[in-house]
Amino acid sequence: MTQENKSNADGFSQRVQKAVRQFGAPRLIIIGFLFSLWLSALALKIPLPALLSDTLVRLGMNTVLTLAMLPSIVGGTSLFFGLPLGIICGLLGGVTAIELNLRGFPAFGGAILIALPLAIIVGLGYGWLMNRVKGSEMTVGTYIGFAFVSLMSFGWVTLPFKNPEMAWAIGKGVRVTVSLQGRFNNILNDFLQFSIAGVKIPTGALLFLAFMCLLVWLFLRSRLGLAMRFAGMNPKFAEASGINVNKMRVLGIVISTVLGAVGILVYAQGFGFLQLYQAPMYMGFIAAAAILIGGASLKSAKISHVILGTFLFQGILVAALPVANTVATLGSLAEISRAIISNGIILYALAQKGGEA
Amino acid sequence: MQGITKEYFGTRVLKGINLDIKAGEVHGIVGENGAGKSTLMNILFGMPVIHATGGFSGTIEVCGSPVAIKSPFDAMNLGIGMVHQEFMLIPGYSIAENIKLNREPTRATPLSRIFGPKLASLDVEKMGRDANKALKSLDLNIDEWAKVAGLPVGYMQFIEIAREIDKSNLKVLVFDEPTAVLTESEAEYLLSAIRKFSEQGVAILFITHRLHEIMAVCDRITVLRDGELVACTEASKTSIEELARLMVGRKLVDQARSHPDTSRKRVALKIQNLSVEMPGEAVKDVSLEVHEGEILGIGGLAGQGKIGIANGVMGLYPAKGKVEFFGKPLELNNAKAAIAQGLAFLSEDRRGVGLLLDMSIEMNIASTAMVNQNKFLKKFFIFSQLDKSEVRKHALDMIHRLDIRCKGPEQPVKRLSGGNQQKVCIAKALTLEPRLLFVSEPTRGIDIGAKKLVLDTLIELREKLGLTIVMTSSELAELRSICDRIAIVCDGKIAGILSPDADDTDFGLMMAGDYDARK
Repeated sequence: MTQENKSNADGFSQRVQKAVRQFGAPRLIIIGFLFSLWLSALALKIPLPALLSDTLVRLGMNTVLTLAMLPSIVGGTSLFFGLPLGIICGLLGGVTAIELNLRGFPAFGGAILIALPLAIIVGLGYGWLMNRVKGSEMTVGTYIGFAFVSLMSFGWVTLPFKNPEMAWAIGKGVRVTVSLQGRFNNILNDFLQFSIAGVKIPTGALLFLAFMCLLVWLFLRSRLGLAMRFAGMNPKFAEASGINVNKMRVLGIVISTVLGAVGILVYAQGFGFLQLYQAPMYMGFIAAAAILIGGASLKSAKISHVILGTFLFQGILVAALPVANTVATLGSLAEISRAIISNGIILYALAQKGGEA
Repeated sequence: MQGITKEYFGTRVLKGINLDIKAGEVHGIVGENGAGKSTLMNILFGMPVIHATGGFSGTIEVCGSPVAIKSPFDAMNLGIGMVHQEFMLIPGYSIAENIKLNREPTRATPLSRIFGPKLASLDVEKMGRDANKALKSLDLNIDEWAKVAGLPVGYMQFIEIAREIDKSNLKVLVFDEPTAVLTESEAEYLLSAIRKFSEQGVAILFITHRLHEIMAVCDRITVLRDGELVACTEASKTSIEELARLMVGRKLVDQARSHPDTSRKRVALKIQNLSVEMPGEAVKDVSLEVHEGEILGIGGLAGQGKIGIANGVMGLYPAKGKVEFFGKPLELNNAKAAIAQGLAFLSEDRRGVGLLLDMSIEMNIASTAMVNQNKFLKKFFIFSQLDKSEVRKHALDMIHRLDIRCKGPEQPVKRLSGGNQQKVCIAKALTLEPRLLFVSEPTRGIDIGAKKLVLDTLIELREKLGLTIVMTSSELAELRSICDRIAIVCDGKIAGILSPDADDTDFGLMMAGDYDARK
């Protein structure tokens, strides 16, 4: 090897090292894990196109919920464990749209429009509270989320909805799950759907998530969005630059709450049901895990982290179950090994904070 | 102590200090902030910070035999006690527990017989008795079981002292600025206590800024300046004026610059009865006029409130008083209003307040102007979008103008050296196109070469842009090298305004708060 070649090779390996460092080793390992799952699926003759379709559908369903983590992180209030609050606002919008007997796109749009003002009001209140518990936002937020879910369990029982599709047969209140059949079930997933090599592409859902990401991206580059980012990055700096840090924190939380409300409706159209009562309880953790796997930290996050993280998280979830089922045929063993592997991977991603935000 | 030399990260803070203290003597050590007093004492006391930063060279002898002091524990065993500048007390513990901390008298228990003396139980009664005795010897009449939290600061100081005298083998007792937090009567009381100890044969090292205290109580006095021993004299053979002159000294001979007479120009900033609640740098009652186009220096010792002035005017800490900027009243406690009126601020906390460390150079430079003046934004109806090309153009221009050494405008500022970070701060402030610039500690943590560059930049800004600059600095030499007038702050008030060529003695006396009494 000539001297020149050698130095070229050195330069190349350095560049690779730098790229790995920037991307973060944990993400590379998780991507490798996902590929190995897919490969073993192939080896076990599990239809790969079905896995990929499922992953894409789940990506469309979950990304907006993961996106709800971003404004809160960027605005300086860390992971948004108040996500159940936004979800409940979205669910309220959903059931109200059904009560108003809307169908199709008007039902979906109507649900969002009804949920928006609710989410803004709830977000303002939650933000006000977060400014009083600076430093322990995540802990307090988690418990507020739990408390609100439990409180709303009373709410769902007492809401005076009449539509037989969702009201209990006896007395008042709404059922635990409300079917969206004939309402806005799969409304985004089926929009312009097409197949390539057996993989179904949920075009509408992907377009919608791209649109939401674009809105957030544009906001983060506006004057207000930039002020919010500065406030989140360094509150003292922002204060010295004449930015009202507390207001910016509330702003981030309000946007997060609104995205949570929209996100659950996107999720519900793919899932086919509105899940009420205790269901929203742990959704915040899934979204938080997804954005962290994507490479975000408690203090900084990007839209690329949201999309990559949701894809990896849901991809592993989708692929791990059938693979584990085939390998370990003993019923519960499959579920247990799947839980160990997927949660282990999340834990690994959280423990190994690599990459440059 | 012989030939003590200490380096912190390549900067020599002590240069071959020799010091000897006789038993029963009160030895005073004076010097400006950063002269090396506290470092010298930390070496004597074996503080972990010394060994964590590479140790020191030189030897220490106690009673004629050389010793190696590796930890405060060694120092204690040798009979060296220290009363610290910051209280080293545990607030939630009682006075007796604090006095006896880590030296508790113990009683053996079955557990300790098996697992070793660390598990012996405390002899609570003896602790109380000993603590009471120590407090009595200071004529201090308080319950030894009262909690330290909530006691007046004066008492805390005495508890620190009580802890030291409780040590039975005490030979040398170091007081590191013990009177800084005391009222005048408490201080006098303390001085008489110090006298009493020395009569018992304990050697006392007394460190303070207050020159009259040194004169009142010390037998011999050592003056440190920039890590060098400047003088060591008998107290009876010197005077406060001489000490003040020795302490300040002339460090930089850079007087070639002319100082334009700005006294007849407009008053740019008028501060009346300003008080600022900034922890550790409280401003009590400052009135000051800044003339258009001048560089006004604000000097003084640490903790006297000089830093609080700029922070108060810029709305970063709660402030009261009246401030006028070019005749217009300035709203206090509102950073946005201050920036809108044309004030800009280079914070003393460069990395904490001045910069977004993870962001690129270009975004740092543009940030404040973007948020406050709608610069670098494209408008779409009511929406705005970041104009990246404009940001880039401006950043490249600033990098060129201020000679910021970097890999390019996209480099995160945390990767820059201190001097270049400071230049990014200056660029950020200039982008606001201010009429007056507050600069706090611009050269803190910057190496010597970069220091000069930053200072030259400030002078250039004044000359080319006609900018009015108010510079706060702990380094008097630096103020003298570029300022037209220097205001000295002492105890939250302006002690006086001097010309940079004024006598060293005057500066020293003002900083120590003895100026009015002497003149």
